[in-house]
Amino acid sequence: MARAEIAARTLRTDRWWLPPLTTFVGLLLISIYAAFRTFQGDFYWVDQYHYLTPMYSPCLSEECLPAASHFGQPLPALPGFLTPPVVIIPFLLGFRITCYYYRKAYYRAAWASPPACAVAEPHSKYTGETRFPLIAQNLHRYFFYAASILLLINIYDAIVAFGTGVGLGNIILLVNVGLLAAYTLSCHSCRHIAGGRLKHFSKHPVRYWMWTQISKLNNRHMLLAWTSLIFVCLTDLYVALVASGTISDLRFIN
Amino acid sequence: MPELERHSFDVLVIGAGGAGLRAAIEAREHGMRTAVLCKSLFGKAHTVMAEGGIAAAMGNVNSSDNWQVHFRDTMRGGKFLNNWRMAELHAQEAPQRVWELETYGALFDRTKDGRISQRNFGGHEYPRLAHVGDRTGLELIRTLQQKIVSLQQEDHKEFGDYEERLRVFQEFTVTDLVKDGDRIAGAFGYWRESGRFVLFEAPAVILATGGIGKSFKVTSNSWEYTGDGHALALRAGASLINMEFIQFHPTGMVWPPSVKGILVTESVRGDGGVLRNSDGKRFMFDYIPEVFKDKYADNEEEADRWYTDQANNRRPPELLPRDEVARAINSEVKAGRGSPHGGVFLDVSTRLPAEEIRRRLPSMHHQFKELADVDITAQPMEVGPTCHYVMGGVEVDPDTGSSSVAGLYAAGEVSGGMHGSNRLGGNSLSDLLVFGRRAGAGAAEYVRAMTDRPVVSEESVTEARATALKPFQQEGGENPYTLHMELQQSMNDLVGIIRRAGEMEEALQRLEKLKERAQSLTVEGHQQFNPGWHLALDLRNMLLVSECVAKAALLRTESRGGHTRDDYPSMDAEWRRKLLVCTASGDGVAVEEKPQIPIRSDLLDLFDRTELEKYLTAEELS
Amino acid sequence: MSYQGKFRVWRGDDSGGALEDFTVEVNEGEVVLDIIHRLQATQAPDLAVRWNCKAGKCGSCSAEINGRPRLMCMTRMSVFEESETITVTPMRTFPIIRDLVTDVSFNYTKAREVPSFAPPKDLAPGEYRMQQVDVERSQEFRKCIECFLCQNTCHVVRDHEENKEAFSGPRFLMRVAELEMHPLDTADRVDQAQDEHGLGYCNITKCCSEVCPEHIHITDNALIPMKERVADRKYDPVVWLGNKLFRRS
Repeated sequence: MARAEIAARTLRTDRWWLPPLTTFVGLLLISIYAAFRTFQGDFYWVDQYHYLTPMYSPCLSEECLPAASHFGQPLPALPGFLTPPVVIIPFLLGFRITCYYYRKAYYRAAWASPPACAVAEPHSKYTGETRFPLIAQNLHRYFFYAASILLLINIYDAIVAFGTGVGLGNIILLVNVGLLAAYTLSCHSCRHIAGGRLKHFSKHPVRYWMWTQISKLNNRHMLLAWTSLIFVCLTDLYVALVASGTISDLRFIN
Repeated sequence: MPELERHSFDVLVIGAGGAGLRAAIEAREHGMRTAVLCKSLFGKAHTVMAEGGIAAAMGNVNSSDNWQVHFRDTMRGGKFLNNWRMAELHAQEAPQRVWELETYGALFDRTKDGRISQRNFGGHEYPRLAHVGDRTGLELIRTLQQKIVSLQQEDHKEFGDYEERLRVFQEFTVTDLVKDGDRIAGAFGYWRESGRFVLFEAPAVILATGGIGKSFKVTSNSWEYTGDGHALALRAGASLINMEFIQFHPTGMVWPPSVKGILVTESVRGDGGVLRNSDGKRFMFDYIPEVFKDKYADNEEEADRWYTDQANNRRPPELLPRDEVARAINSEVKAGRGSPHGGVFLDVSTRLPAEEIRRRLPSMHHQFKELADVDITAQPMEVGPTCHYVMGGVEVDPDTGSSSVAGLYAAGEVSGGMHGSNRLGGNSLSDLLVFGRRAGAGAAEYVRAMTDRPVVSEESVTEARATALKPFQQEGGENPYTLHMELQQSMNDLVGIIRRAGEMEEALQRLEKLKERAQSLTVEGHQQFNPGWHLALDLRNMLLVSECVAKAALLRTESRGGHTRDDYPSMDAEWRRKLLVCTASGDGVAVEEKPQIPIRSDLLDLFDRTELEKYLTAEELS
Repeated sequence: MSYQGKFRVWRGDDSGGALEDFTVEVNEGEVVLDIIHRLQATQAPDLAVRWNCKAGKCGSCSAEINGRPRLMCMTRMSVFEESETITVTPMRTFPIIRDLVTDVSFNYTKAREVPSFAPPKDLAPGEYRMQQVDVERSQEFRKCIECFLCQNTCHVVRDHEENKEAFSGPRFLMRVAELEMHPLDTADRVDQAQDEHGLGYCNITKCCSEVCPEHIHITDNALIPMKERVADRKYDPVVWLGNKLFRRS
């Protein structure tokens, strides 16, 4: 038996193409900015106030400014055009790329699979996440572990920056790690590990409590994904502007 | 003429609601090759609409509860007209049937100690209804559906065929039962999808077709409720009892017009909701009948205390049996104290925190939000009576579900007697399970004990086919939709919640005319998925059953439960001893009186004599 | 209060069909299903439509309204402009029977392929004890009314007929999750979800959750937790490496 003969790709009358387009443009702009800053290799450290942009933290290779290397320089200088962030970016990017929210976002916006609900996708074949490379999406939780470590380092950076007093940059760094922490904790893998994997919540009251709290955050995973992403860029921009001397930091104490 | 599709089974179950599925499970577990025939898709039966819960005296919340208390409540609710043996079996077996559902995978709401939680409901002395929020019917139907799938998986493992011993024919309508002499020999019907005819040869048929609500204009029932089983039984020679008793659920939606009649669960009241008229008065206190005075609070303070302390307070009158509440609402509206759209106000928003309402009554919250744009956590609902359930049905043997026709069984709403003149909320789902199982076992035993199988004659097939095709053969007749609307209007206005002799006589005259007009119905198009044709065939059943209702209602000159006579407003103990029995006669029906079987003495002993005096005659008490 | 509404309804069967225009009376408070019924009663008596409870509880009247998968009984006319032409079409993913009625047997086939509840053998009826917090997750999934809108909207089968064999769809992956999270179920359903029911095909684009009339969080609460359980089992790199090194199958 055949399906109903309806030629139109979709009969939706609303502007279904708007959300994927917005997502696509948003992700593209952020990617361009992030790529530019990564390969700029400069203006990531404000020596006077100890501001380190999260994009360059931790700074582990020998070309890093010594003061910005909070954890030493275990790696030799990187060859060619490579800059310090290339060491950590695979983990940060990996966490976001395998994130259950971003997957939805870019599968829809960039790959049109599907572009929107009940709108036909342009591809003739579809195997989803059943084979290489997309089967690697299942590694999300390992990126979650890595991202959690980087988050702890960012928190450390934000705290040590207070050693020189308090300025707007400190507040920005603090809000940034707050948002990153909320995004990381709201992750579906985190929700699973914290308690979701249990069959009997009643036997593990503490983990059940953690699961309910994380579930509340998880409801806002999309919102946190976007705000934390945009805010990381804004934080980086602020540090870059102060580091390059374009603007000066607004100081409250010192 | 295209070749007729034929199937042969041991047991045929017509209807796939709670009773039908439970019967099918039982028959199959007794080793019978069983088929389930249903008009809708598998899993969509009207049982999904049940909201409140399954009444079973498990005593999980109040350990004083037991089957005797449940039996007493059921008899009181039915005004002692119930078939006592059915009420006894029902009260005794309901807990087993509920526990069994858990082994099929059902997930009821739980008590603190991990047992099945039970809620209060109208007419039940203790919290007794096992429930899942307010979607218990869905849980029941899905659980039974999944049990059937699991039995099919067993067959697949054993025989390589899922449908070896249990098969569901969905979107299939049975138009006639076929007999061999005095015995049932099978059923004839058509696929709704293709219109193709099918003959089922089977020595036993279990009717589980539900009710007759679609004969009324304002009803909580779905399109399937056209009294098919009632009519099939009549035409096969079985008798119906108690057809005058129709339950009008007190709280149906009244606005917007397109959803008028859709049910608002009794749990709203069980969980604290109160009824108010347009003056803001909790009017139910004015409507407590004499027989219930010692069980229901006569002031708001005591009624409110009951929700937290049930041992020392009488229950709020909002929780009176459904017939009482429906009549009270009807009177308030008639007296001009109704809500803007002709109902009264049911308010839970001032009684419970919003969060609690959303948790306990999620589907009510959803239903009002989506359909009426009313937020029940902040606003009262407008409600009014709606035709909900028919107490009457096929007269059956309580233990086996057998009708007076050999091989014909009935269970659930299509059977009669269990609920007497009025059914308590929550007793329907347990009825389905208890008597569904018994009918399944009864039919299986009948088939097993049989020495020779009945044979279907070609004449009966030809006749059934001709009857079903008749609407296509005629031209220039009426549209079935028009006739249906007129039938609904007549039944609603003239044999509705309050009845008068003159009106019912008029109803019977109108029914005669409708019957004549129905002879010349015309249907356009072809047999494939043709709703006009389906309705034309269903109308035949609705007309027959409506005649039973009207005739019996006219004969019973008293008011009792789901039968309220304006001209005979009180209950008459003499009438309690009589059943009205409806049988097919000519092209219509005949209704006759029959004595009720006296209640067994050890069951009578469960009641106080003072209470019995309200219902029984002096002769019975002596 | 009442106006003449413009409708386009798909009519036809598996040999072909087209959108037909109708003008129908619309009254206050009505839903799309009311209009379809009025169409049936006044203009097209043989218009095929599947419906039952008319209260969003049975999940029979699934269709696509202005291209969006919805229940006709729960789509109020007041959400549309009076001047708007409303298009009603059958669900696309399933074979057409006639007009708005499709053959949904795909779903019943898939339902049979999910092994049933497997209770502990030593528990008698009446002895089951479960805590409310433990049953709540599965209870959410049991709210499902089987309207099959999620199955219809899921692009894995909607746009790729060939995937129907390998993919059970959100409804039945959720059924697997329901049993997996049932506090008394003893069967292991993790490998099954991935290998038999095609969980890997799901790319969590969440259309199933978007169309669910019961507002079940299918993706967040059923599919992703199942994917995480699969990750526990199959994509732990340490276990994977061990299997490779020691050639365990």
